[in-house]
Amino acid sequence: MTGTVLTNTIMILGMAAVTVFVKAALFVLGDRVVFPPLLKQALGFVPVTVLTAIIVPMILSPNGEGLELTWRNPQLVGALAAVLVCVVTGKQLLTIAVALGVFFAWQLGVLA
Amino acid sequence: MTRRSSFAAGARDTLPMVIGAAPFGVIFGTLVAAGPLAAWQGQLMSLSVYAGSSQFIALGLVAGHAGLAVIWLTTLIVNLRHALYAATLLPHVAHLPARWRWTLGFFLTDETFAVMAGYYARHPRAPLGHWYFLGSCLSMYANWQVWTLVGLLFGAAFPQLQSLGLDFAMVATFIAIVVPQLANLPNFAAAVAAGAVAYLGQDVPYKLGLMAAVVAGVAVGMALQRWRSGGLEAGRRGEEAA
Repeated sequence: MTGTVLTNTIMILGMAAVTVFVKAALFVLGDRVVFPPLLKQALGFVPVTVLTAIIVPMILSPNGEGLELTWRNPQLVGALAAVLVCVVTGKQLLTIAVALGVFFAWQLGVLA
Repeated sequence: MTRRSSFAAGARDTLPMVIGAAPFGVIFGTLVAAGPLAAWQGQLMSLSVYAGSSQFIALGLVAGHAGLAVIWLTTLIVNLRHALYAATLLPHVAHLPARWRWTLGFFLTDETFAVMAGYYARHPRAPLGHWYFLGSCLSMYANWQVWTLVGLLFGAAFPQLQSLGLDFAMVATFIAIVVPQLANLPNFAAAVAAGAVAYLGQDVPYKLGLMAAVVAGVAVGMALQRWRSGGLEAGRRGEEAA
């Protein structure tokens, strides 16, 4: 095993340990744990913030070289299409399909 | 009602969730095939971590050269919602032997939680409810493994997908998850704050910009929620006074 493969395997097993702990701890410990309301409220905002924080840099500077607010940025065009379809239809799979279609059409058709 | 029929009913009632999750399994497998992880590691992740959103996020973080601590901390934060699910379902499983509680805990997902919350609302004291629970769990789990494998094989068969920028599939998937949640003001403001801080902090080492973005987003969301409910209470007090 090379160093990277080993590190990535350790990463995966660590993720598994963390996740199993989070999922099963309350079931196993029973009624001995109480969630403070403030923590519950904070957790409610986690999905929306983590997912947004990951994709915004990928969309706005896909090459890691500053802001690309231009029609020549296929990630930006595809993302705008995704937001539009999702707002109008509310359908997840349609959103993903149209976004991928626009992204690839832009990359292979318009910009090629 | 037997154990077998209860198990089968759980598996059957989870079918819509199974169909909905299938494309995400394929996308996950394809992304693994196009990224730095080995194919078997992608399957290992689906088998052992078994939490879709954190699996996608980990791929993004590995591609961005994040450290182990950042990936584990992000996994913890992203999956903490499962503890809320467990807290909700706990009264229905607390009487079971430990091996049952470990098993059902391991297999808990967004989808199975949705199915079980509905089931226990209809049958609060079903004696074989845990078999229904297990049926729901195992059909979701088998489904996720099969579609991960299909994605891995598909991605390996078409390696040129990598140069096309397939990680955009992850961007599209996240948009489809996030946008429907933006209809309320605190969530919207939280997302805007998180996105802005993430963009400004993208060059900060160890992906600490990502952590700062989540903290900023959660803080903005909670402040707005508090301000709004405070405003409502003040309004109610005003009405009562009048």
